[in-house]
Amino acid sequence: MRKVGNQLLASILVNAIYEMKNYPIILINTVISPLSFLILIVFVSRGELLGVAIIGGLIMTMFQAGTFLQSDLSHLKNDFKLQEMVVASPTRAGVYVAGIAISELIYSSPAIIILSTLFGLFVHTSLINVLGIIAVLLLMFLTSIALGFALATVTTDIVQSFAFSRLITTLFSTLAPVYYPITLLPEPVRTLAYLSPTTYAAQLSHGLAGYQQLSVEIAMLDWGVLLGITAVCMWVGLRKARWRER
Amino acid sequence: MGELVCDGLGKVYSGGKRALSSVSFRIPTSGVFALIGRNGAGKTTLTRILSTLLEPSEGGASIDGLDVMADANRLRERMAVVPQEARAIAWMSPVQMITAYLLWRGLDYREAKRRALYSVEKVGMSEHANKLNRNLSGGMKRKVLVAMVIASGADLIFLDEPTTGLDPISRKELWELLIDLSKDRFLFITTHYLEEAERVADRIGILDDGRLLVLGSMEELRAKLPHQYSIRVSAGADLPSFEGEKRLGRDGQLQVLTSQEEAMHISRSLLESKEKFSLNPITLDDIFYQMVGRTISSGVEEEDGE
Repeated sequence: MRKVGNQLLASILVNAIYEMKNYPIILINTVISPLSFLILIVFVSRGELLGVAIIGGLIMTMFQAGTFLQSDLSHLKNDFKLQEMVVASPTRAGVYVAGIAISELIYSSPAIIILSTLFGLFVHTSLINVLGIIAVLLLMFLTSIALGFALATVTTDIVQSFAFSRLITTLFSTLAPVYYPITLLPEPVRTLAYLSPTTYAAQLSHGLAGYQQLSVEIAMLDWGVLLGITAVCMWVGLRKARWRER
Repeated sequence: MGELVCDGLGKVYSGGKRALSSVSFRIPTSGVFALIGRNGAGKTTLTRILSTLLEPSEGGASIDGLDVMADANRLRERMAVVPQEARAIAWMSPVQMITAYLLWRGLDYREAKRRALYSVEKVGMSEHANKLNRNLSGGMKRKVLVAMVIASGADLIFLDEPTTGLDPISRKELWELLIDLSKDRFLFITTHYLEEAERVADRIGILDDGRLLVLGSMEELRAKLPHQYSIRVSAGADLPSFEGEKRLGRDGQLQVLTSQEEAMHISRSLLESKEKFSLNPITLDDIFYQMVGRTISSGVEEEDGE
């Protein structure tokens, strides 16, 4: 167990702590992306969507963790050949990926801390609903990690990897109704928005925070879709990924 | 003493490209084994199979009785690998990178840090221990990777072209480290530098087009060939008739590969005609030429990464 702890620590040091320590500019970058949309939405809505946008920022931060995982796994594997050195060591595949996944959370921690503080100040809801939102955020993290893991298995270089990263971030957290309620979208576009897993996460969170009315059926459907997408991404990732290549 | 055994190893990549064909050999797991061959010969494929990174398509292999497929996890406890094109991570210092690698090997942080500092000192990089890798020279970046395997304590070490792209001084320094490392461990190295392989390797294998052509110590390799001696003389020199091979070197000199008796005969003739010449036992470069039919740098094909 201690050995696994050391192996998790290695991934966290390489992919988060040392990177943040040696390149502090990264800290600003991780904060600026979710906060920039939040500020924009708050200004445009004259403060009306502050709570919705804070939740949106948290969802985007969690979702970005998966896109970062995808490019980091690909970068470490293809550009530094680090993954091969780890494969030929006592570390198992699951521990390596789990370590990199945790490192993405740590990497995003400055944004999470700021957004959580804003949440505490401006979003007023019951403790049970807060726990529900945390569960949604964790599920969003798992979904994005699974998606990132699946994509990392098919990307072969950093340019391709960054292209995937930008594409899924734009599709799933910028265009999708994460920072604003889905009810603001006109009907045909609203249907398209349901192709994104972040839409379900945002709808659930906005409902739990009291910004949107959600029936029990819709809430159950949202949970089901999120769990289903996570399971499918995990399955694809595990099927495609090879610790030892064929 | 343990052994590395390959039994009919073959590899066909998806897409149908065959990289290895029926490679079989048996060598002791001590000292330095150098695998040489042109680009695309299959060196990287063989190294990756033996270091548990790649599945073979045919045959099998074992190291000290442990099968590279079935016992991979047990082997991974004992091995350290530096793949071709591996790089020191830019945003980390040598000590940070080695520490992380040792944590992946399961060591505690304190022990990992202690070993990292020791190995950085061992490769002569103490004053660069905490600089970022991106600020180090190419030679020093490679030394960081060698320091990683030194610190690991692994006794089976696989290095795929560890000195490629380095300047001669950095190469020499790195080879000295590797020789030191091989005193109590087994080093499996692929390289293009034949002179260096000849100097440091206890055993050498020549791979061409996925097939192992020959394997043994330098003496054993020489003994397997009809021509064991090399004479270099100016291209216009008058040579007596002899049995052997002639080729024109890049330096414009004629090289004669022949047997010991014929070499003595030619030497006498050249001495009588007062020609300047040199007589030496054949080098690994000559052996490679005789076995493969061309020099290692000629007809370079696609990269070995497959």
